[in-house]
Amino acid sequence: MRLRNKDMIGLHHSTVEEINLILNTAEAMKGIINRQIKKVPTLRGRTMVTIFYEPSTRTRTSFELAAKYLSADTVGIAAATSSVSKGETLKDTARNIEAMGADVVVLRHPMAGAAALLADTLKASVINAGDGAHEHPSQALLDLYTAREKKGRLEGLKVAIVGDIMHSRVARSGIWGYTKMGATVRLAGPATLIPKDVEKMGATVCANVEQALAGADVVNVLRIQTERQQQGLFPSLREYSRMFCINRERLALAAPDALLMHPGPMNRGIEISPEVADGLQSAITEQVTNGVAVRMALLYLLIGGGAR
Amino acid sequence: MRTIIKNGLVVDPLAGNVAPKDILVVGGKIAEMGANLPLGGARVIDAAGCLVTPGLIDMHVHLREPGFEHKETIYTGSLAAARGGFTAVACMPNTNPVIDNAALVRSIIASAQEAGLVHVYPIGAISRGSRGEVLAEMGDMAAAGAVAFSDDGMPVADAALMRRAMQYAGMLDKPIISHSEEKSLSAGGSMHEGPISTMLGLQGIPASAEEVMGARDIILAEETGCPTHIAHVSTAGSVRLLREAKARGVQVTAEATPHHFTLTHEAAIGYDTATKVNPPLRTADDRAAIRQGLADGTIDVIATDHAPHTAEEKDVEYEKAPFGLVGLETAVGLVWTELVHTGLLTPLQAVTCLTRNPARILGIPKGTLAPGADADITIIDPELEEVVDPAKFVSKSRNTPFAGRRLKGLPRLTMVGGRVVMER
Repeated sequence: MRLRNKDMIGLHHSTVEEINLILNTAEAMKGIINRQIKKVPTLRGRTMVTIFYEPSTRTRTSFELAAKYLSADTVGIAAATSSVSKGETLKDTARNIEAMGADVVVLRHPMAGAAALLADTLKASVINAGDGAHEHPSQALLDLYTAREKKGRLEGLKVAIVGDIMHSRVARSGIWGYTKMGATVRLAGPATLIPKDVEKMGATVCANVEQALAGADVVNVLRIQTERQQQGLFPSLREYSRMFCINRERLALAAPDALLMHPGPMNRGIEISPEVADGLQSAITEQVTNGVAVRMALLYLLIGGGAR
Repeated sequence: MRTIIKNGLVVDPLAGNVAPKDILVVGGKIAEMGANLPLGGARVIDAAGCLVTPGLIDMHVHLREPGFEHKETIYTGSLAAARGGFTAVACMPNTNPVIDNAALVRSIIASAQEAGLVHVYPIGAISRGSRGEVLAEMGDMAAAGAVAFSDDGMPVADAALMRRAMQYAGMLDKPIISHSEEKSLSAGGSMHEGPISTMLGLQGIPASAEEVMGARDIILAEETGCPTHIAHVSTAGSVRLLREAKARGVQVTAEATPHHFTLTHEAAIGYDTATKVNPPLRTADDRAAIRQGLADGTIDVIATDHAPHTAEEKDVEYEKAPFGLVGLETAVGLVWTELVHTGLLTPLQAVTCLTRNPARILGIPKGTLAPGADADITIIDPELEEVVDPAKFVSKSRNTPFAGRRLKGLPRLTMVGGRVVMER
């Protein structure tokens, strides 16, 4: 079994079998991370280039470590310091990088569709590390992995995704991923941050956060960007926190063994209270470890021995 | 010089009939129309199996000259018009500089005459520089040949300015063309707001962005009595507003584009920037409402909003790409394929939307086959089929979402003032 495409752009077009393959492969990869000597020669002689048009610490470091643990060479480009700032187009930047021999390009870009544009241009594999509000498949995959590891299954799970759904690529990839794997997804957030007709993606929109949380097995809290408040999309952070912050009282509405996740970076005290973020139900740190394992799996399946 | 067009089916929107007739052209004018006209040594154009119509008029094009000659020029735009069966176009003033004074209006007319292919009617700006602050010199522009006024692409946000523009244009007996868009609702959007924009993660442009402004301009048109034309209607709500206004007797007319009556927002799946257009491609329900509006006369005109952009400009991220697509060379094919062959419009209705109605709205002596009129004639072969191949476009730009689409019903010949400017 192999992935059908040379790229990982989003979970919208992934099959259940492919998602299972990635999660199973990640399980084996996690074994490597837990070793004393975290290095296998699997991707020796292969090169990964990361191009980040948006700041990111976690995702980029996670991809870089994933590649290094598999012995791939890595180069990182930050758009602000590259020829992008000299007016070069995305396609030209990518072509140049490919001409230097990259096997896989990991792209983070503020605009939806950027990864697909790149994938159509390049022979190299493209991994979407977040394109605007479109998709962020490796994040959703690590969420699925974490949920499956902790719950032993994905099918039948009740998943709540809370916060700024409109601008969230994590939410979109999560909706596709969870629903494909047989979980149900309930969404809650300010009405001004619920994108139009999102139900058509297969999720349910709840009237309030309490409804979304009721009996949930997994609670995914999204980061609220303070600039959304400055744009006037909701009145104040204080009110947001009062109505949507996941705190002890609200988390108690979920299943007693509910899992709490957050893609980071957290705004403590705004969308999530410190007591639950650091509490027993939190899998937030575990998510980060699993992120490396899932990205190792993606690299292996796209450009390593598991590739087409 | 005598030319006779024989054996065709003449579609005459003025008389409101379709009949087998011959047309005799003498000295660039229509001399006579009738059955079995004697040849009398005239050159013969055989139109057997074809429709012979008044020269088609596209009342909404962007020719990009001056300022954006890398996208299109008056010459290449005229070539594209002729290839598409159009004998006249009205061009929008959002050039650089904006067409906001008489000298610029005259320069457009002069360039078009130099191109010497089709008639080009300039539309003047409503406000100076289309900045929406103060009125442009509409009286001077009208005297120089401007046929209408519009800040197309830069919609007039200030209601008081729009009201004054209508009062003033009404005095000049020229229509105001409203690009109905409330920018505070559309800003940042790349496509129709709906399930597809949500799925693609692109910011949406809600239908209300068009309807709010369309409603405002209809109310102002009713109040001022200024003939007002709503450009590129894209939503069912706009069609409803128009239907209601027309029933009340408001002097309002409207146009729809081939892309809005053919495509839906689903075309944006895959992020093909050729589908990025303003107003955006909407839902299947909106498309159905536009088709219905054309069939029942709520929408008067089919116009292309021909908006050329270069390949480099479009070959970028969807959000970065400019709005607009080229329409002149695919319009007739889409009208016939989507509206006439499907039985939605009769050939007479389709031709009326492409000739008499735009001529009446702009107040130009076109859209007629009456003896004495300029011999602007289009011959359309309703059975001629072709797959759209942008490489064959004569426009400078190729930004079309219709590449590879099979069209049935295409222009065979375009005649302007008795001279054949396109024949295939």
